[in-house]
Amino acid sequence: MAGSKVKTTTDSGRVRRVAVVGGGLAGLMTVIKLCEAGIPVDLFSLVPVKRSHSVCAQGGINASVNTKGEGDSPRIHFEETVLGGDFLAQQPPCLGMAEAAPNIVFLLDRMGVPFNRTPEGLLDFRRFGGTLYHRTAFAGATTGQQLLYALDEQVRRFETEDVMDGQGVAIPGEKMVHKLEFWDFVQLIMDDAGVTRGLVAQDLKTMEIRAFPAEAVCLATGGPGIIFGRSTQSTICTGIANAIAYKQGAIYGNGEFIQIHPTAIPGADKLRLISESARGEGGRVWVPKNPMDKRDPKEIPEKDRRYFLEDKYPLYKNLVPRDVASREIFAICYGENAGIMGRNEVYLDLTHKPEAELRKKLAGILEIYEKFVGVDPYHNPMKVFPAVHYSMGGMWVDFERDARGSLKVGSPRNHATNLTGLYNVGESDYQYHGANRLGANSLLSTIYGGMVTGPAIATYYDNLDKSAYDLPDTFFDKAAKSEQKKYDRLAASDGTENPYQLHKELGELMLRDCTIERHNGVLDKVIEKIGEFEDRYTNIKAVDTGGKANQALPFARHLEGMLILARVIAQGARNRDECRGAHYKPDLDDKNPKAVNPVGRDDKNWLRSTLAKWGGRDGAQSKVEFIREFDYSIGSQSIHVTDEVDVSLKDLQKRDYTKKKAAFAADAPAPNKADESASSAPLNK
Amino acid sequence: MAEENKRPITFRIKRSLDGNRDSSTWEEFEVPWEPQMNVISALMAIQRKPKTKEGRETPPVVWEQACLEEVCGSCTMLINGKVRQACTALIDSLSPNGEPVTIEPMTKFPLVRDLIVDRTRMFENLKRAKAWIFIDGTHSLGPGPRVAPEVQEEAYSLSRCMTCGCCVEACPNVNDASPFMGPAVLSQVRLFNLHPSGKMNAGERLDAVMGEGGVADCGKAQNCVQVCPKEIPLTESIAVIGRDTMKRALFGWLLK
Repeated sequence: MAGSKVKTTTDSGRVRRVAVVGGGLAGLMTVIKLCEAGIPVDLFSLVPVKRSHSVCAQGGINASVNTKGEGDSPRIHFEETVLGGDFLAQQPPCLGMAEAAPNIVFLLDRMGVPFNRTPEGLLDFRRFGGTLYHRTAFAGATTGQQLLYALDEQVRRFETEDVMDGQGVAIPGEKMVHKLEFWDFVQLIMDDAGVTRGLVAQDLKTMEIRAFPAEAVCLATGGPGIIFGRSTQSTICTGIANAIAYKQGAIYGNGEFIQIHPTAIPGADKLRLISESARGEGGRVWVPKNPMDKRDPKEIPEKDRRYFLEDKYPLYKNLVPRDVASREIFAICYGENAGIMGRNEVYLDLTHKPEAELRKKLAGILEIYEKFVGVDPYHNPMKVFPAVHYSMGGMWVDFERDARGSLKVGSPRNHATNLTGLYNVGESDYQYHGANRLGANSLLSTIYGGMVTGPAIATYYDNLDKSAYDLPDTFFDKAAKSEQKKYDRLAASDGTENPYQLHKELGELMLRDCTIERHNGVLDKVIEKIGEFEDRYTNIKAVDTGGKANQALPFARHLEGMLILARVIAQGARNRDECRGAHYKPDLDDKNPKAVNPVGRDDKNWLRSTLAKWGGRDGAQSKVEFIREFDYSIGSQSIHVTDEVDVSLKDLQKRDYTKKKAAFAADAPAPNKADESASSAPLNK
Repeated sequence: MAEENKRPITFRIKRSLDGNRDSSTWEEFEVPWEPQMNVISALMAIQRKPKTKEGRETPPVVWEQACLEEVCGSCTMLINGKVRQACTALIDSLSPNGEPVTIEPMTKFPLVRDLIVDRTRMFENLKRAKAWIFIDGTHSLGPGPRVAPEVQEEAYSLSRCMTCGCCVEACPNVNDASPFMGPAVLSQVRLFNLHPSGKMNAGERLDAVMGEGGVADCGKAQNCVQVCPKEIPLTESIAVIGRDTMKRALFGWLLK
């Protein structure tokens, strides 16, 4: 390798690193891009990065490669993404993402991801929700795991590469990536000018608290699903890093937009996802016409089954977007009491598909059903119910448009938060999915996010006029000491509240009252109750005082963050008086005859991002300020930001998936019937 | 499980506050049965009420966990003496008639505390074996090589390795007196050497598993393939790598 393209050391010879927190797909892709730019990285993660939550993504990754002759294109992918998101997504980054998608999938292919293949040896694609095209590349039904492993392997390679100085000479003992696994991010370190200069973290094995200088910090810490107790998310997804940064002044966007996935298996410890790919491969959702039908589901004839999604959505059928499908299942079970045996369950049925095909394409998820339910899903319909799955909202981040209206790659503004030197990417940011995410766009947004965040940070790094590594040690010692004191105080807590029990109660509250249907009266009570939990938190008990691998104290710290974000979510939901994507208030639904104020989606008042700002505390209770605009600076630029959504590339349109025929370009000029009619029957309608 | 059997389940858990195996002690906990109960939900119940069966307060048990759907590899431990993930350990099948369930940490890795062990060694082995594809960069270079569906299927079955440690734990040839790197990494060498671009560095990977602690240390006990939760054909991988390293040892000098 030649001399580094950037200045990797200070004048005094210290290696200048960037800190990336989170080793899922977004974090790892950011790390790879930084390393390729010659910038060394400290990579922090709660778990070995190979165990990050990205492994749970099942179905696939979207890219309009159009290998099925359907006339798909990135433009259509873009339009369906912003329509799926009910126009709350920022359009330029979405366009950039859709355009980059084919090359991202090719890159992953080059890295060795074992994507499923066609007989010709090409990448195979399957269907997913919110589109009629075959656009989703997949590796069995564990695509997230396979993608994560590919990036993990590339980062491991950088762990073995030396940092070079300006002359291309290796610096002894310094590798491009320094992993700090089992470390918990505790606090950002900012100087008097408000510039991020590093972070404080805690070793979860030795409990040591240490300050790390960093030229920039990037949070790639995933979603906050654990706020809802049980969800499809991993137990590490508490949202703590975002809660910490928010408390330090970072703006949080669209917190109220939480995706409920239509099909999951209930469990005592977790709600396990059954991927949308089950429906993409032909899975059908139904309930018996008579809910109390005691027959084995296989014995129930077609005429006694109710395929409620297919009936209502004749074009998209079982592949309507997730918010739509979840609400329909909810309406069947709660509204009509028509779930299986009156319980909160519907059938997801693949038994009409050949077992050999299912084994090739869906084994990963069907194995989960088999292992956790003990029933063979190849020959028995699965029983499923919706579960909290994904946060569209997250840290507010900026972007810079290019002349075409897409994203300007390399701009230091991309994925920058309002705290100078702090970046955010992946599920933990807010900008790609608006009010509802389309299936298989999450893997794409994490990797695309990383591909633009890396270069953004590289530009920022290159233009810094002062290095964090030139600041005196005392500056960092002070930060570490202050966090150590907080930890010691937590360890000395001798109240009566068990943090795990308190978390269970928070989860039950949020899951029951702040998910699929939202009522203002109920939300008022949720907010009050969160306040009570925060009061009770002050009376917490340190249930473990051990000095090694103490999990109870870090968990208590995460719980504090979960309470803070729970309020952002609940208060944001209370404020937003409309129905948009995953955010649904029956009282405001224009299709609900009983609605009090049927405004539906209210573009006049609510086509805007929710921007939440930490408002300090009133006693023990946290406060949120909702703001409409703010300023932030990066380098010498000062940037004015408002809550306006950039909808410059696709006109607003009513979101309606009930139609019988494709209505506009972005929803399906029917798959390539021309080819079919040439070879077989003239069925072109 | 019949209604009348829904009484508390007893868990015997091997504990160590400081990671010293010699001073480990057993503690018993009682956890009320609940539907879909697994070892993880039982451990979570203990966190919420950390008291032993005798009513003595004790620190909550610590363990590693993340995905809870057997795809991250975190929660490997010994359950009723068998190495496996705790998330898929369903209580109704472990304790159909209310038998106590025993839980211990893995024994082949340094103990950290309670059920947590340090599996760093497995990741270090992946570095040593260069378990990655050497790509020129992440810039756009078009599609990768074409791959036949059968090759993809073979690769996918190998690529599901979670580095969970089951195979290493079950292997009699991995022990304090042996430097054997264990089955997982050998199977990864097979995976990368199978890939059309990965093949270009096959020799480097074989070299990494030919020396001390490498493939020749396998004693062919075949325990690994029995405990692998992802049913990875580990013994087949070891046979393939054994053959390839043999070829390289015999004829490798001809190729140089």
